[in-house]
Amino acid sequence: MPWPTGLESLPPEPGIFGKTEREMQEAFLAEIDRIPGGERLRRCIQCGTCTGSCPVSYAMDLTPREVVAYFRAGAIDMILRSRTIWVCASCYQCTTRCPAGIKITDLLYALKRVGFDQRAFPEKFPVYVMSETFVGQIKKYGRNHEAELLRKYFLKTGVMRMIKQVPLALRLFRKGRIKLTASKIRGIEGLRKMIARAEQLDEPRLVEEVQPLTRAVGYQAIG
Amino acid sequence: MEYSYYPGCSLHATGVAYDKSMQATFKALDAGLIELDDWNCCGATAYMSVKETVAFTVSARNLALAERAGRDIVTPCSACWCVLNKTRMYMRKLPELRQHVEESLREAGMTCKFDLPVRHPLEVLVNDFGIDQLASRSVRSLNGLRVACYYGCQIVRPERALEEDQEVPMALENLLAGLGATPVPFSPKVRCCGGMLVATFESVARELTGRLVEWARVEGADCIATTCPLCQANLEVLQEGGNGEGTAKPPVPAVYFTQLVGMALGCSEREVGLHHNMIPLKFEFPQMEKPTTQHSPVSPLGKGGNRGVAEPAPTTEAASNV
Ligand code: SF4
Ligand code: SF4
Repeated sequence: MPWPTGLESLPPEPGIFGKTEREMQEAFLAEIDRIPGGERLRRCIQCGTCTGSCPVSYAMDLTPREVVAYFRAGAIDMILRSRTIWVCASCYQCTTRCPAGIKITDLLYALKRVGFDQRAFPEKFPVYVMSETFVGQIKKYGRNHEAELLRKYFLKTGVMRMIKQVPLALRLFRKGRIKLTASKIRGIEGLRKMIARAEQLDEPRLVEEVQPLTRAVGYQAIG
Repeated sequence: MEYSYYPGCSLHATGVAYDKSMQATFKALDAGLIELDDWNCCGATAYMSVKETVAFTVSARNLALAERAGRDIVTPCSACWCVLNKTRMYMRKLPELRQHVEESLREAGMTCKFDLPVRHPLEVLVNDFGIDQLASRSVRSLNGLRVACYYGCQIVRPERALEEDQEVPMALENLLAGLGATPVPFSPKVRCCGGMLVATFESVARELTGRLVEWARVEGADCIATTCPLCQANLEVLQEGGNGEGTAKPPVPAVYFTQLVGMALGCSEREVGLHHNMIPLKFEFPQMEKPTTQHSPVSPLGKGGNRGVAEPAPTTEAASNV
């Protein structure tokens, strides 16, 4: 491992190392390229406002400021292996306060997408399972049926976790806050067609399409 | 006045009281709230982290439906508001992505121009009806109710539902104070409740909501007024046992702001769905004796007035400039 990390306590080695660093960077830069204002990353002054504003930075291994720094140093796999991208609650506090106008939340979203594509997490990883289950719901009904979403989610991430939720579920049920039957939208067929088309369009693009400006990483990017 | 109502998935389940109180409030105001026909899930944040074009397409379908209906969309769920609005903004700014989304929409013969506003009921109540009008139509007073006004993240960031300071919004305080309530100083009003972390990293969400609740308790709030179904559910569910049982300290109820507005406008407790709340709100809403007096805006620094703190800085350019 090239860097001293301090992250050794993290869950089992995520399976991202089959891909070369280069491939990862390209996938990532294609993502960054799509964020409006993505090129502003170069303007980070490492002031730490993002970290100081972040309500969950205490639970992160790399703080938002460090994520920006690691990105500029080209150490993208370090970021993908951190807990940070998964703990971010997307509250946008860092983004609205950053004096350099950097869209940190959107950057973290982009990293999350790359992390998903690279499967940069352990088996049954809650965030991944949640997203997958959620997407499944939309394809099935067009809407999210909360009760089914949570049941499937907890089943997939561990039966014990589900059992722990039973008392809460019962209380919610008694208060009339759990709907038992899912309703499907009438336009579900159309929605599925749209999603299928959009999925094709979401396939990673050729590297040639990426703007040369944002293709630079590391010190190249700082200029 | 008529609006296309986009309830979102939560309001058909855990947020059922938000749905009821929205409908009751708008009915009391004689405003049409017409549910958007065959709406689908907005895509929420879970979708955003998977596929981008898919996320925006799913969301855009609703905007396309609303355009057909031709009325402004009103959505009470802060997350839906944020996602639908983000879609609209991004489609206007990113031609390439927009092309992809439009191409996907065409698969089901739909088109969208992305110029219909997406609105949050807090903003609609304040701007279209006005606090004075709401106060003059109210039949009960919120007099004596100490309330912590909680905005959460998504209707203040990254875009704002109201033209207000992103760090210290005051619309909710002004609205509820206009109806007689006493807003308590509540500094964490735009801090995150943890959102979906409740399912993925529960201990983190518990920590975040715990701080919010503690703050409200210290200020002696009778309740926390929320503008989002997820904030409300988190605030209730995460107060230890789920309804505050087993906690040494008394639980603080979390209500939807529309429940309070609805009560003031004369709706019944059942109509605004107070029976769905897990931590009961213990408050007798006094009947109005005389028409309310003119409301005066609350100072952003709370009841204590100026505490030697400078005026909040103007919003940064970063925020308005996606
Ligand atoms: S707030 Fe902005 S400029 Fe400051 S460290 Fe974070 S990203 Fe860099
Ligand atoms: S958006 Fe994520 S990184 Fe930024 S402040 Fe919120 S939780 Fe922290």
